[in-house]
Amino acid sequence: MTLIERTSGGGQTAAPASGDARRGRRRGSAAWLGLAGLGTLLAVMEIVPRVGLVSSKYFPPTSRIAEALAAEVTDQAFWVALGDTLKGWALGLLIATVAGAALGVLIGAVPLLREYTASTIEFLRPIPSVALIPLAVLLFGTDIRSTLLLVVYASFWQVLVQVLYGVQDVDPVADETARSYGLSTIARVRYVLWPTALPYVMTGVRLAAAVALVLAITAELVIGAPGLGARIAVAQTSNAVPDMYALVTVTGLLGVLVNLGARAVERRTLAWHQSVRGEVAA
Amino acid sequence: MTAIARKVAAALALPVVLFAVWWLATGSSENFYFPSLRVILSSFGEVWTGDRLVTDVLPSVLRLLCGYLAAVVIAVTAGVVIGSSPRIRAFAEPALEFLRAIPPPVLVPIIMLFAGIGDVMKIVVIVFGCVWPILLNTVEGVRAVDGVLLDTARSYGIGGVARLRHLVLRSASPQIFAGMRQALSLGIILMVISEMFAASNGLGFAIVQFQRSFAIPSMWSGILLLGILGFLLSLVFRLVESRALSWYHGLRRSQRS
Amino acid sequence: MLDVRGLKKVYNGGARQVEAIRDLTFTLSAGELVCLVGPSGCGKTTLLKCVAGLLTPTSGEVLLQGRPVTGPPPGMAVVFQEYGRSLFPWLRVGENVDLPLRQKGLPKARRRELVTEALAAVGLADAESAYPWQLSGGMQQRVAIARAVAFEPEVLLMDEPFAAVDAQTRADLEDLVRALWHKLGVTILFVTHDIDEAVYLGQRVLILSSSPTVVREELTVDLPDTRDQLHTRGHPRFTALRTHVQEQIQAAKRGLPSPSAAGDGEE
Repeated sequence: MTLIERTSGGGQTAAPASGDARRGRRRGSAAWLGLAGLGTLLAVMEIVPRVGLVSSKYFPPTSRIAEALAAEVTDQAFWVALGDTLKGWALGLLIATVAGAALGVLIGAVPLLREYTASTIEFLRPIPSVALIPLAVLLFGTDIRSTLLLVVYASFWQVLVQVLYGVQDVDPVADETARSYGLSTIARVRYVLWPTALPYVMTGVRLAAAVALVLAITAELVIGAPGLGARIAVAQTSNAVPDMYALVTVTGLLGVLVNLGARAVERRTLAWHQSVRGEVAA
Repeated sequence: MTAIARKVAAALALPVVLFAVWWLATGSSENFYFPSLRVILSSFGEVWTGDRLVTDVLPSVLRLLCGYLAAVVIAVTAGVVIGSSPRIRAFAEPALEFLRAIPPPVLVPIIMLFAGIGDVMKIVVIVFGCVWPILLNTVEGVRAVDGVLLDTARSYGIGGVARLRHLVLRSASPQIFAGMRQALSLGIILMVISEMFAASNGLGFAIVQFQRSFAIPSMWSGILLLGILGFLLSLVFRLVESRALSWYHGLRRSQRS
Repeated sequence: MLDVRGLKKVYNGGARQVEAIRDLTFTLSAGELVCLVGPSGCGKTTLLKCVAGLLTPTSGEVLLQGRPVTGPPPGMAVVFQEYGRSLFPWLRVGENVDLPLRQKGLPKARRRELVTEALAAVGLADAESAYPWQLSGGMQQRVAIARAVAFEPEVLLMDEPFAAVDAQTRADLEDLVRALWHKLGVTILFVTHDIDEAVYLGQRVLILSSSPTVVREELTVDLPDTRDQLHTRGHPRFTALRTHVQEQIQAAKRGLPSPSAAGDGEE
């Protein structure tokens, strides 16, 4: 029914094997081209304000941002803020993953439960997490719990929905075999349902990890909970434009790291999954 | 008939129960932060049916639609260009992956520098946030167009605009829609955030005003409205998607059986 | 009608060069049905793509009615092996047949006529509004054939079109190709790895060598023009021909020089 969001990461869809010796060389030259692309981006960002196309007051050149970045990384407070952001992100992601996976398996294992929760999940899922910002402010103020509320709410659905997809993917033959051997429900969850759903859980975690970072920084930015987001807000109010850009760059790098890490973890679990399948098919 | 009745019951049972629980649990609520559902609903009627529908809800939705549609057009165009050449793709992809990884809400303060705090700023923020998932998915979809289909089109002289319209865009449409779905939820988030940051009207603005002036039932009704809006938009999206991709879902079903 | 002269295709794989086709020369006269058969991996598909103008040969040329082929020529239609991937899954059967005609700029009434006729000719008159993936493999390949027929090509290229369908469907489709060929008088170049199919279908069979490919032998199929699965395949001449082709292919696989091209093929 719904498209499984396999394409969201960009680039991890297995390329159709156009098998030839060119590939190795191509990957090498692709890496160089990619570096050239990044270099071009940095160069354009340097030149555009230098030649006055955009005021350097709003758009500081790359070198100026780099200076600000260098100043940031020598500042103790920057690392504290980074730590706070990572704490909110990791804790929120953990809670959401555990809750999403547990609830997903429970709902998935009991068909009746699945039938009766479907509409509610479809209704609650698209509710934008930022709608909870005022509530978070009232309840927790600028405490880290405000961040957690938003992060958990937003990433929970990512995990839950993927787990539900995964549970639907359970091979009916495997399940019937397990039943015919009189495996208990718990044993079936343990040996049939969970292994099938695991790759989906990992996909859910990958999607949730990206969403969690966005929401963690958003909460800090808007509510003022401690972290990089709050630091950006401070830089903005004190009109420290290069610092603002430097911090935004840091959040981008953080995002790249989260994506790469989550993809690597996912690929490992998926590789395991597919190799098992390959053996069965052969 | 009984099957349909059963389905309706399954769809409605839990929402009704949850609603009842909320209603009863907060029935005589003295808690300042958690007013009773009855109070919230009556304030919903008061707050959102009159002028505010035009002064706050409408501008928000219009900004969202403008930004979202602009992002779709920009991202699909750029995605087709980037996706059709391996060299351009290799050149642009790392830079795009970085830009995409920036949490879009942090762009609000930056875009405010350029575009002030008016409608333009909010639309630009939405465009900037929504573009990346659609762009990267389009690139992926265009890259993955089947080689045999490309050969078929070429040998029958299907080129230029027809090739783009009947082959490339159609073939990439499942990925494009996957990107658009992600972009839609991002767009709603950015709509709210940009209004919470700096605005003189809009849903996000109104909700923050209620919170700051401790008009708690109104604030709750605003949260409720945002929820309904999110739900409705995703409903519309799913209708459009299921129409546009009916071939794709059919194809997948036929492959699975 | 169709001349292939000294065709050579070398793939450049970085340090490694792969010579897929060494030197191919053959001619199809108008209205002929010629089968190309060769051991697997001998570059049949590469050859066909060069002929279709989808690949540029390293040297040599392809002439269609005396004009060199540099890109896909308008008078040519191709039926690919991968029927599931050569039909547009988002278009209905009728639209799939219609799209190339629209590109040709034919008036609507004429297109309508061609689509209906072509689908009727392949026995799919009532499948017009179905999606391709709702049909069986054999039916999908019929749609691809209908699309080629409606295009009214002078030359029809078929790249192992029946390699992926089951044996019974395959026999039906072979007879369909013969019937359409008789009816339309189109020139057909039919590539296959199936020796029986080549002998059964063709007026002539071109036997290719292993890669790097040359034409190993040209064989005229002196079977009666009216062929049917039961009797033709039981014909002693059919058995003799297929045995001969089989021997040639086996020899090609072992790399033995062909009787006609002995001494050729040294590095």
